[in-house]
Amino acid sequence: MLQERIPDLSKCVEPDRVRREVYTDPDIFELEVQRIHERVWIYCGHESQVPKSGDYYTVQIGRQPMLMVRGSDGRISVLYNRCPHRGNMMCGDRHGNAGEFFRCSYHAWTFQHDGRLRSIPMMESGYAGTRYGRDNPDCSMKRAARVESYRGFVFASLAKDGPALTEFLGASRVAFDDMCDRAPAGEVEIVPNCFRVIQHSNWKIFLENQLDALHPSVVHQSTGRAAHEVEKQIEKRTGSAPLSYHMLSAFATVTIDKWDNFQTLNYPYGHCILTGYMGLRPKDPDTLAYEKVMEKAYGKKRAEEILGVNIHHVLIYPGLSVQSPLQQLRAVRPLGVDRTLTEIWHFRLKGAPEPIYRRSLAYYNLVNSPATLINADDLENFWKCHQGLASDGGDWVSFGRHHGRDIEKDGMVETAPNCGTSEAPMRNQMKAWAQYMQA
Amino acid sequence: MKTQHVVEQFLFRQAELLDTKQWQAWIDLFAADGVYWMPPEPSHKTWEGMPAIFAEDRNLMDVRMKRVLHPDAWSQRPLWGTNHIVSNVIIEKESPNGDVIARSRFHMMELRREDVRHFAGSYIHHLKKTKDGYRIKLQRVDMTNAQAAYDYVLQVWV
Repeated sequence: MLQERIPDLSKCVEPDRVRREVYTDPDIFELEVQRIHERVWIYCGHESQVPKSGDYYTVQIGRQPMLMVRGSDGRISVLYNRCPHRGNMMCGDRHGNAGEFFRCSYHAWTFQHDGRLRSIPMMESGYAGTRYGRDNPDCSMKRAARVESYRGFVFASLAKDGPALTEFLGASRVAFDDMCDRAPAGEVEIVPNCFRVIQHSNWKIFLENQLDALHPSVVHQSTGRAAHEVEKQIEKRTGSAPLSYHMLSAFATVTIDKWDNFQTLNYPYGHCILTGYMGLRPKDPDTLAYEKVMEKAYGKKRAEEILGVNIHHVLIYPGLSVQSPLQQLRAVRPLGVDRTLTEIWHFRLKGAPEPIYRRSLAYYNLVNSPATLINADDLENFWKCHQGLASDGGDWVSFGRHHGRDIEKDGMVETAPNCGTSEAPMRNQMKAWAQYMQA
Repeated sequence: MKTQHVVEQFLFRQAELLDTKQWQAWIDLFAADGVYWMPPEPSHKTWEGMPAIFAEDRNLMDVRMKRVLHPDAWSQRPLWGTNHIVSNVIIEKESPNGDVIARSRFHMMELRREDVRHFAGSYIHHLKKTKDGYRIKLQRVDMTNAQAAYDYVLQVWV
């Protein structure tokens, strides 16, 4: 007997569970690309990635290869990475400088940085009397339908209609506010290095893991324990261990029951925030020196507000995970139903002393590099998760933890006290998913 | 000729320790202040204050070793093993005190579960001469394929 392969999309998502095909079906994945990734605001990059005129970075939005480029007027454009003549890819390198204009490597059509046609070899003799030429918009590189930036973070949407960026981001804007406000100069600068790691699992598995407070003490026990042991040895020998050891050992010392003390805040469009103090204000000379600089820049009261922001992770659905207190950002690029690329960046707080940058760097290297002490075990679980979901052993993925205890107010959902391990963030993401998919 | 031979033997033994998973013996080849460094791109001149795939002193090496030996290091549970070939050993510099800078090339095949991966690149070893033989002050590892996206991650030193 033949089973219906794709279930009715409207029946895929229930408030506390989701059909497994949502993660494994290639046709559903293609629909997701069209209805979610190629429609909503997707993070392209930071303005400081392309400081000079002609600087560009390639970025994948859904299935579309795009270019983020800085023009001679300083403005940033996001273009389809395609020559309108014969469809040749315009820039074959991942990033670089286009010079004064783009020049196609096939027939030397040239374009301004904003995509407008600049010249075609022997244009007059070759195209007189045809429909092709400078006045025809089809002879220019196509631009993303909408481009906006928020505090230097550039997003593009390939759909003409939809909410403005700030409306879309809503409360999740705090990811960028928190990151930038922690800089005495009020802005951050990208460190020009991108760690890129491919996961053999569906993109949603990664996003759901980001605010999953039940997993760290289970999955990261090995590194937490190892770091804790070495941290104690260093303390015994020298009096104190670098803060980076604490960041790692917390995975073991914050035991599974303590994660319920965290809280998640869940917003429209699938965005979620995990609150929780990251232990970044020890009373050591480096922290005190930084706090002094912050007080000088902002005044005592405002500096205290900024440094007191209690955030662990911000998830901007469907493609960005931000750890603002440590200036780390992971962009998620779905490559296929079971392949997902993460692009991992970190930032410098402009005006902050070097030792504060070194903390962010230590976290970037230890947790987020391709030799990660943490994510290796996540990726192993994501892979196993995806394998298990391909099985006929069950039809549903359950998101029932603390279901029914969520507190709804002002258009958002917050978890009840002592329910930090709630699966509310997954319920919230799937609610947004269902809305996008059926729209 | 003698230095060439001794350095080669040292590099071959270091690779052998990795392939036979003798982590502590591998770590003990490093000087007390030794560093294992894998830059994300060849232009980097120092590991300090820079993004790095690995930038580990002996304390961090100890964390990595203890982690992979923990029974709940999930990613290390599947069948896993490596095979290194080290070659093209060139002595760049030999100081009067016997310290050496050596350059070499490696090829590593890794098996994990059902999958085989290949990594290749170059090593630069800054070796300090001691009464117990060479100790590594700095090992720089440049992966030829380090600038492409990593399909899965690296769990142990290369």
